[in-house]
Amino acid sequence: MTVDTQSVSVITGNRAAAEAARLARVDVVAAYPITPQSPVVETLSKYIETGVLDAEFITVESEHSAMGVCIGAATSGSRVFTASSANGLAYMCEQLSWAAGSRLPIVMGCANRAMSAPWSVLNDQQDAMSQRDQGWIQLYCRNNQEILDTFLQGFRIAEQVKLPVMVCYDGFILSHTVMPVDIPEQEQVDAYLPPYSVHTILDPEEPRNVNPVTLANPRLNGDGVLCHGYMEFRYLMEQAHKEALDMIVVADEEFEACFGRRWGGLLWSYQLEDAEVVLLAAGSLAGEATISADMLRSEGIRAGVLGLRAYRPFPAAAVADALKEAGLVVVFDKSLSYGYDGPIRRDVQAALFEHRVMPEVHGYIAGLGGRDIKARELVDAARDSITWAEQGKGPKPTDWINLQL
Amino acid sequence: MATNTLNLPEQEYMLPGNRACAGCSVGIVFRHMSKALDGKAIFVVPASCFTVLCGMYPTASVQVPVMNSVFPGTAACASGIAASLKKQGRDDLTVVAMAGDGGTADIGMQGLSGAAERNANVFFVCYDNEAYMNTGTQRSSLTPLGAKTTTTPAKGKMQFAKDLPAIVEAHDIPYIATASPGYPGDLYDKVCTARGISGTRFMHINAPCPPGWQFPTAETVAMAQLAVETGAFILFEIMDGKFQLTGKSLALADKDNRQPVRKFIELQSRFGVLDEETLARLQERVDERWRKAVARHRAEE
Repeated sequence: MTVDTQSVSVITGNRAAAEAARLARVDVVAAYPITPQSPVVETLSKYIETGVLDAEFITVESEHSAMGVCIGAATSGSRVFTASSANGLAYMCEQLSWAAGSRLPIVMGCANRAMSAPWSVLNDQQDAMSQRDQGWIQLYCRNNQEILDTFLQGFRIAEQVKLPVMVCYDGFILSHTVMPVDIPEQEQVDAYLPPYSVHTILDPEEPRNVNPVTLANPRLNGDGVLCHGYMEFRYLMEQAHKEALDMIVVADEEFEACFGRRWGGLLWSYQLEDAEVVLLAAGSLAGEATISADMLRSEGIRAGVLGLRAYRPFPAAAVADALKEAGLVVVFDKSLSYGYDGPIRRDVQAALFEHRVMPEVHGYIAGLGGRDIKARELVDAARDSITWAEQGKGPKPTDWINLQL
Repeated sequence: MATNTLNLPEQEYMLPGNRACAGCSVGIVFRHMSKALDGKAIFVVPASCFTVLCGMYPTASVQVPVMNSVFPGTAACASGIAASLKKQGRDDLTVVAMAGDGGTADIGMQGLSGAAERNANVFFVCYDNEAYMNTGTQRSSLTPLGAKTTTTPAKGKMQFAKDLPAIVEAHDIPYIATASPGYPGDLYDKVCTARGISGTRFMHINAPCPPGWQFPTAETVAMAQLAVETGAFILFEIMDGKFQLTGKSLALADKDNRQPVRKFIELQSRFGVLDEETLARLQERVDERWRKAVARHRAEE
């Protein structure tokens, strides 16, 4: 990795997100305030008002309308940006589904925050996980440089596969924490990210009815051509997610060619080659786990980390391949699918089973509502799991880290 | 000279054959609106009767671009298109948000209020058929007092309709008008006026609905005219805050010859449960609104 120290600024994750939107030359920004996302759009509104960025800023009255503006603007030819968190993301829910079903390459930031009730403005990943089945690509970041870079990659991916991208980064832990970030030059970004080329048509010269009622079965148009039914459109959307599995990697490789750094595509790993015990998570927690891996290695335990960058599409084959030599996988989830388990743990386990890779998989729930998680606590969890596995005790119930009942 | 059926432009933007119910007034509304816009418009439509009229994929009954939107999202989606066109330097298109009474005054109210407060460059049209007709005639906040709906099935609605144009006027936008398919020339002229203004423009259109109001399908225009002739629906426009009666309502004010509301109501089976006391309350409300409208018209003339 090469870093030009001239271009390095010490900035928050939210600022990194805003810089990425500026560098992507977005045409329309619409957003509504919510902690911890608000500084992203405060920064962008300043850039737009002062002419640093030539774009329209729409100060909507709700997140529902923020995504509505993005949908209207993206359909009519604009590169758009918004960001939200928690309840704001939930309030967008039906619009998230509409954006994906419309195949619009909208890129939004999600500064991950716990869902209420009770109120919490602090971090976990319940907000994004609750929206995982809306059809959006979800990418998770481990630090502020990755936030900036992932947004730029997000536009590249979204516009190629015609799916919206949610760039997720942990609220406060990244959104409000300053780190050194290399902010690229506009020319570099222009070389990486071509101008937005709209694929939707909304023009009186070629009048079309965009997203009308679509029946279950294919139906003839006026020229007698059989056109897709609802299910065919849904299949194509799923195919686009499959295509995204490749495109996320390509976008990262192209990024490296332009900027000299890459983030692993779908996954990243740390000390994985000879690891018997693998700690697995998404976002800043996976970054924290690298410290835990070092601590375990200092005790003679061959530990490594697998960081999940893409959660949707889920890189099942890549996960299975990365874990084929592991004896024990310890998954940390910052959210829950209530009544079942941590969503990442269950998705990992299903992927491993499908590919007949059979390490022991244990799950831990951690950091809900901003509960602090220290590297040593991840180490303790890994040690518990190692002991459990050594004793051959079979399936291990999911444990909650640092629960104080 | 006011536009009438003889001097309307010949170009049609509504194709023969559509899925609207027999006698639907929304077709009359759209036909005249699209002519007044020369087809140079983008329509944004939430879940509503107009969605049905426009047709199902992959066929369409209208020759204008139509973008479907989530139910509460019409004004926001239209704002997004308007912002996009502004960024692209395109000023030849009118962005029309076209929603029913539910999509405007109920679930769409917040989005409309937001867009109007920002003075988004959007022409918002509410075609008000006075209930959720597309889902089977459930009551809305614009259903009139005493009307039976499928969610006010026995006694009729217990509340008056809210005063939609007054709510919108509180946002201080450049143009507000009402219109009726019973007077399409007046409607056409108002759309022409709205088209020439930038910022948020709002039009409230009374849209008689044969299945929902329960009258014969051939009586749609007569019903629309009776709504105006009785004063139950008043034709006016408010340009930069100045209120003026127009068309038939202006003529009625001059001649002071309004019909009683009973004449309008007795033709609709939805008012079949109406008792005399409720009818008197309705008449009283219509009289009060009418007096205020005429007084305001004269004061601002």
